[in-house]
Amino acid sequence: MAVCVAVIAKENYPLFIKTIPTENELKFYYTVHTSLDVVEEKVSVVGKNNNELRELYLGLLYPTEDYKVYGYVTNTKVKFVIVVESSNTSLRDNEIRSMFRKLHNSYVDMLCNPFYTPGEPITSKTFENMVLSMM
Amino acid sequence: MADEILFELLHMEIVGHLQRSSQKDEQDQCIAKLESIGFRIGQSLAERFTRDCSRFKDELDTMKFVCKDFWNTVYKKQIDNLRTNHQGVYVLQDNRFRFLTHISSGKQYMEAAPKYLALPCGMIRGALANLGVNCVVTAEVSTMPACKFQIQIQRG
Repeated sequence: MAVCVAVIAKENYPLFIKTIPTENELKFYYTVHTSLDVVEEKVSVVGKNNNELRELYLGLLYPTEDYKVYGYVTNTKVKFVIVVESSNTSLRDNEIRSMFRKLHNSYVDMLCNPFYTPGEPITSKTFENMVLSMM
Repeated sequence: MADEILFELLHMEIVGHLQRSSQKDEQDQCIAKLESIGFRIGQSLAERFTRDCSRFKDELDTMKFVCKDFWNTVYKKQIDNLRTNHQGVYVLQDNRFRFLTHISSGKQYMEAAPKYLALPCGMIRGALANLGVNCVVTAEVSTMPACKFQIQIQRG
């Protein structure tokens, strides 16, 4: 189960961040912010990349002593970041991939809602419930 | 699965309605309104259609996506011709543009064509904007139902 889920817009400002209720939520915000640099690095590696590596799932961005951070970027440069606890070794790569797939599907559905303008903070209850089911 | 004609008929009605319900001096705003409707549609479509694609390498890749996947899914056919001058100008030519086939197949009703092309222009602009390519899209018709969309990339 994720500890923190974040959706970051093309211009690198947060659209949506949800963390499990702890006393020091700010450290998750900071972790997500620093992971953006790693995302940029992974996205801009050119030259050696052939087509098979060009997928949306970025994998493990970086591990800290307590947490592991995973990233995913869409073709419209919207980034999803999931933070999980390091002690949670039962979470396999496939499960993280399916979490990102669910996030992406919900995001696309929410974008098609006429009450949502792209670039605004996300306030949709459906999206929030889907994220809460992953935490 | 709804028939393709549904979208075409709906589009014609939108154009007609906007025209009828606007004041005499707001006629030119119709085209701008249609373009911005198309823009929002294009943004959502781009997000939905690129969901399962791999990441695009460069601008040319994005343009090819527009020509093949995007056009195929929206208009159920491919672009007939794509030309570029490699300096940020692309011309997409469609010889049987869906929205114009029912209007005429010659020179009749040419003055009305721009209104029907405003929404598709907006869709292309919206899709490209969401994919990170800022551009200006214009359309011209020489003979119905063929039309050319000119995409000019804004750089800097």
